[in-house]
Amino acid sequence: MKPAPFQYHAPKTVADAVALLAAHAGDDGRILAGGQSLVPTMAFRLARPAHLIDINNVEGLDCIAEAGGRLCIGATVRHAAFHKPVTAGPLGALLSAVVRHIAHYPIRQRGTFCGSLAHADPASEWCCVAAALDAELVARSARGERVIQAAAFFDGAMTTTLAEDELLAEARLPLLPEGTKFGFQEFSRRAGDFAIAMALVAFRVEGGRIADARIGIGGAEPAARRIAKAEAALDGAAPGKDAFAAAADAAAAAMDPMEDVNTSAGYRRDLVRTLVRRALEDAAAA
Amino acid sequence: MTEKTDITLTVNGRDFAVTVEPRRTLADTIRDDCGQTGTHIGCEHGVCGACTVLLDGEPVRSCLMFAVQAEGREIRTVEGLAADGALSPLQQAFIDNHALQCGFCTPGFLMLATGVLERDPDIGEDELREVLSSNLCRCTGYQNIVKAVKSAAATMKAGR
Repeated sequence: MKPAPFQYHAPKTVADAVALLAAHAGDDGRILAGGQSLVPTMAFRLARPAHLIDINNVEGLDCIAEAGGRLCIGATVRHAAFHKPVTAGPLGALLSAVVRHIAHYPIRQRGTFCGSLAHADPASEWCCVAAALDAELVARSARGERVIQAAAFFDGAMTTTLAEDELLAEARLPLLPEGTKFGFQEFSRRAGDFAIAMALVAFRVEGGRIADARIGIGGAEPAARRIAKAEAALDGAAPGKDAFAAAADAAAAAMDPMEDVNTSAGYRRDLVRTLVRRALEDAAAA
Repeated sequence: MTEKTDITLTVNGRDFAVTVEPRRTLADTIRDDCGQTGTHIGCEHGVCGACTVLLDGEPVRSCLMFAVQAEGREIRTVEGLAADGALSPLQQAFIDNHALQCGFCTPGFLMLATGVLERDPDIGEDELREVLSSNLCRCTGYQNIVKAVKSAAATMKAGR
């Protein structure tokens, strides 16, 4: 239950961090941000990184800023930063509603938004947010910088398309237009447990019709994603029971659910149907 | 084996010069190197909360941090709660409300609740219960812990 030995590096700048990552990535060098997933994995010795590159003291990575219609979230911004809305519009309220479902209060003081994305646990709430809202993920390396779209970032359970020498330096979320309604629902057996499934929905109502529908599902499949067929069931429809039921059915039908010893695929599929419907009802009632 | 590093940890306002491997957790360092054994270690993977300490005022799992990461930060543990021989209002409330039995989880609960009440003295019941769900207790059934923290919150507000 004690982590295996490793070399510890504490760079002060992004340039130094990515240089260290380039030097040690091939030797199982890993980034240490909040450590709330990595350190337990190390305690179990499921991970034995030879080098840890601690980015907690890297200047500028703890920044939350708005630019170009997007909210930019730096690599060391903690979950707890979102307990109160970080921006006045619907996005700030959405993030505050979702963050309360992440683990527990002390974990949220250390764990980071970007760390959750890079870890890519299927049950991560932030991965569901990133997928549903089409986040842009900014990868930095000694080779330069590239922007990865969320749909091309998640690559199965605990896997992303980040190269081993790339640091997820920033996530950018669209500042949702005024009037955007949202709902978030997840189910787990106990408060704070990993969710068995979750649904994040967002839409606007224009002239009595739903527009810009987004439905993201997490926890049910190896990676969170938007469900286009479920969104299509909403766009142009009048908000209400019929449209919500159609979208929930479409989302459930689109699933290829994971199975585990406690939870069958069929159960997860049913759960997705229920969670999407409830999230849509919450959004409409807000 | 990796090389050991000399660091200084500030625990309850007192500086401890210690020499640790990078892999040494803050929890182990507080107990074994600083000799402050009030902080308990239960699960060692962030689930039980027995090792909760305040890091710059915020409750964190000290088993999920390395000691080398805590240099220059203000660490508070259960030993720092009582002042001049008098228990803190929260500690007293735990006794008055039978919020502990075996006592193993108690330091973690005290630090968790201290951090939360200092930040948000007017915390509502639902939110308080959500926060207290962070830590595990096998004796009390939690009701008395909730009662004790609410009672301490009232005492602290009256004393402000």
